[in-house]
Amino acid sequence: MLDPLLVTEVLDTALRTGGDFAEIFVEDARSSMARLDDGRVEELTSGRSRGAGIRVVSGETTGFAHTADLSAGGLRAAAEAASAVARGAAGRAANMTAGGPAAAHADARRLPEDVPKATKVDLLVRADAAARAAGTGIRQVSVTYADSRRRILVANSDGLMAGDDQVKTRFAVQAVASGDTGLQTGRESQGLSIGFEFFDSFDVEEAGRSAAARALTKLGARPAPSGTMPVVIKQGGGGVLFHEACGHGLEADLVGKRASVFAGRRGEQVASPLVTLVDDGTMAGEWGAYAVDDEGHPAARNVLIEDGVLTDYMYDFLRARTEGRPVSTNGRRQSYRHLPMVRMTNTFLVNGTSDPEEIIRQTPHGVYVAQLGGGQVNTTTGDFVFGMTEAYLIEDGEVTAPLRDANLIGNGPEVLTLIDVVGDDFAMGPPGTCGKDGQGVPVGDGQPTLRVRALTIGGTAG
Amino acid sequence: MSDLDDLAALVVSWARPGEEVEAYVSRSRTTNVRAYNGEVESFSSAEPAGTGIRVVVDGRQGFAWAGTLDVDVLRETLAEARDNAAFGQPDEHAGLARPDGIAVPELDLVRAELLTTPTAAKVDMALELERATKARDRRVTGVRVATYSDAYGETAVATTTGITATSTAGLCFLSVSPLVEDRGDTQMGSGVSAGRALSELDPDRAATDGVERAVRLLGATKPASRRVTVVLDPEVTADLLQILGSTLSGEAVLKGRSLFAGREGSAVASDAVTLVSDPTDAGAFDSGHVDGEGLARRRVPLIESGALRQFLYDTTSGRRAGRPSTASAARGYSSTPTVGAPALTLAPGTRRQDELISGITDGVYVQEVSGLHSGVNPVSGDFSVGATGLAIRDGALAEPFREATVASTLQRMLLDIVEVGADHEWLPGGAAGVTLVVRDVSLSGT
Repeated sequence: MLDPLLVTEVLDTALRTGGDFAEIFVEDARSSMARLDDGRVEELTSGRSRGAGIRVVSGETTGFAHTADLSAGGLRAAAEAASAVARGAAGRAANMTAGGPAAAHADARRLPEDVPKATKVDLLVRADAAARAAGTGIRQVSVTYADSRRRILVANSDGLMAGDDQVKTRFAVQAVASGDTGLQTGRESQGLSIGFEFFDSFDVEEAGRSAAARALTKLGARPAPSGTMPVVIKQGGGGVLFHEACGHGLEADLVGKRASVFAGRRGEQVASPLVTLVDDGTMAGEWGAYAVDDEGHPAARNVLIEDGVLTDYMYDFLRARTEGRPVSTNGRRQSYRHLPMVRMTNTFLVNGTSDPEEIIRQTPHGVYVAQLGGGQVNTTTGDFVFGMTEAYLIEDGEVTAPLRDANLIGNGPEVLTLIDVVGDDFAMGPPGTCGKDGQGVPVGDGQPTLRVRALTIGGTAG
Repeated sequence: MSDLDDLAALVVSWARPGEEVEAYVSRSRTTNVRAYNGEVESFSSAEPAGTGIRVVVDGRQGFAWAGTLDVDVLRETLAEARDNAAFGQPDEHAGLARPDGIAVPELDLVRAELLTTPTAAKVDMALELERATKARDRRVTGVRVATYSDAYGETAVATTTGITATSTAGLCFLSVSPLVEDRGDTQMGSGVSAGRALSELDPDRAATDGVERAVRLLGATKPASRRVTVVLDPEVTADLLQILGSTLSGEAVLKGRSLFAGREGSAVASDAVTLVSDPTDAGAFDSGHVDGEGLARRRVPLIESGALRQFLYDTTSGRRAGRPSTASAARGYSSTPTVGAPALTLAPGTRRQDELISGITDGVYVQEVSGLHSGVNPVSGDFSVGATGLAIRDGALAEPFREATVASTLQRMLLDIVEVGADHEWLPGGAAGVTLVVRDVSLSGT
């Protein structure tokens, strides 16, 4: 993507004012999107973004600049801007001797740019028709197809040079149903880090029907309860629970600033012995997967909690350097315009041994959550919320009445100890975008069916 | 500035006969300084820019964007947008904005001072913010982030239909998140200050607010579930207004995605509620000269004494509804316009926050909410958010609470608004903050 000699020259320029470390991150991103709404293919959109971000670390200070101008002059100017805050004694030269060819990822068998636009549009029309045919209550449907290809090159003054070619494909249907109780919504979405072969195994008509069925079911939903009770979370969608309950709290930047309830707890029992939690950037094809992270290090599988014991936090380059330990390959950024920081990849709870149907039968009264929305956490207190977008009451060990949307609230460290059954039906959930300090990155979540002995449901029914 | 105008005009000049073409070009200059432990943790500066090109042919719309102002790339981008248009399905209402004779508001949104302030002064401001925050209270154990940031942005819009418009604005912000600890309990607060130049920023106030908001939550416990009157902090009210704004989008109404469809002229809120979108108010931080399609921004009354007056429109949704655009098109260069709700503001009442609280026997003061995007459904109106704050007992603020939710529906909450406070203030998020009293809300805890 860039001449290695130019890369070396830019890193040298970046270190001239005395920085300890310099890095260049080059990105060439393309995306396309097609949207059908209100019965009509409303638009096709194509986007491209290319540029470089340069950072210089000097002691505890990081200087950063980015540019869309990849010429020698443009990169040199950015390197000078990034190095302006470095206050080291003397400059040094970058060590590029270990620089090798970029590693390639690209599991995609069918690149999005090789697929005719008409083929993509046809998927939208089919999903729309299937959703509308699901019932007369369906009043509106929107369908989105999106793909992206992101090629990156990372080189730094420690001699690292690596690259990746990341392809993603995503499809989502949202349906609106109308009835005596007003309007209701249903959603189905799926996304993988692969090319158009995604649709070999993903049925767009089935997605349309699922979204419609959720909206229609909720027309008969009653208000969610208000108060604390047992909650059973269906396989797949509930990974966001761990993402919020402890994932963010295990990010070393927050731990290092003591802005996490999990600070200083490595080696301690922090969860029920049934909990083994993994963050794994190597899961081929999954939404949060990559070959190398945005600091150029090969993706890794990291066990965060093992049998309830906190084994390790997640690290990016800066935090690992401060603590004199290896990175865990969790340094990610939204684009070349952003500084990397500690982020999750694919975060999941490993399988337990219980029969998922038995878990419901053994729950006399509670809530069954079949689909979750997003969530949010205050890492300082550990309090987190997550939304339920498809949920039912459990009465006498059976799933009964559908419930309207609401948030659930819990405290991460408490909830982890209250997980009392874990099923054997592990599945990954729908694609997510995790937001932190204004940056969004793609993440995956997964879990088997599980039960939390007590969670607070934020509904209105007494 | 003129170079952006010229570039937009150049792209439009490439249009072929029978094509409508729109170029939206923007460029900004940004600085971000984060202070930590008395040092600069990071310093970033950049001049990002980009262009979005929309083509409409025979009612079919195509769009393409590129994160650059490079003319050769923009030629390819136009070709891509043109190609994309061939795959859209015709919509008789699709099309670009046309000049509507409404004058661009005279707004001074740029202070020369912002552009001439040396970098060192910005760095000092971030360091001072962290220092002031740590000095505020002995229980402050650290600061998660203390940030100074600014952005000076220019945009130009040109179309084959006769639009040529430009807009410029400069803003700067301080934001701090102090960590406080007492008897083993840790809490984090947040304080902000926004302005159009450094001299308009108030680091002391951001520090004081941030620390106070953290300290008063120390020792918070989970409250008992019950129905109560809630008093919303001005920042929470601003969050609520943003959600409400999305339900007042004419596009959402026309597509059957708004709980307010067919309610124009009816009472949808208590008579204490008068809501306006007014991006022509220079005090609002998302005010501007023109909207995303280049039409002059204007004041749009939405709810008047509880009665729904009208919805917000961009050009296409307005045409579909048989109404003029309210110049509410929101966008960046990487997306087509959608209907936005800029500068939302409630008409303030007459009483201060403490006066509002003094009349409440059992209630809660909600300082902060979470999960706005996971627990609020703007189509059905279901509303459920995580909440932290203070109990209200016998007319005064009492002990803090956490790990609770407040829930109702948007429809009911609007009707249950008892009073709007007098403490109106524009907030960095765009909407104006004001204390709001809402009765009969479900509080879920133990």
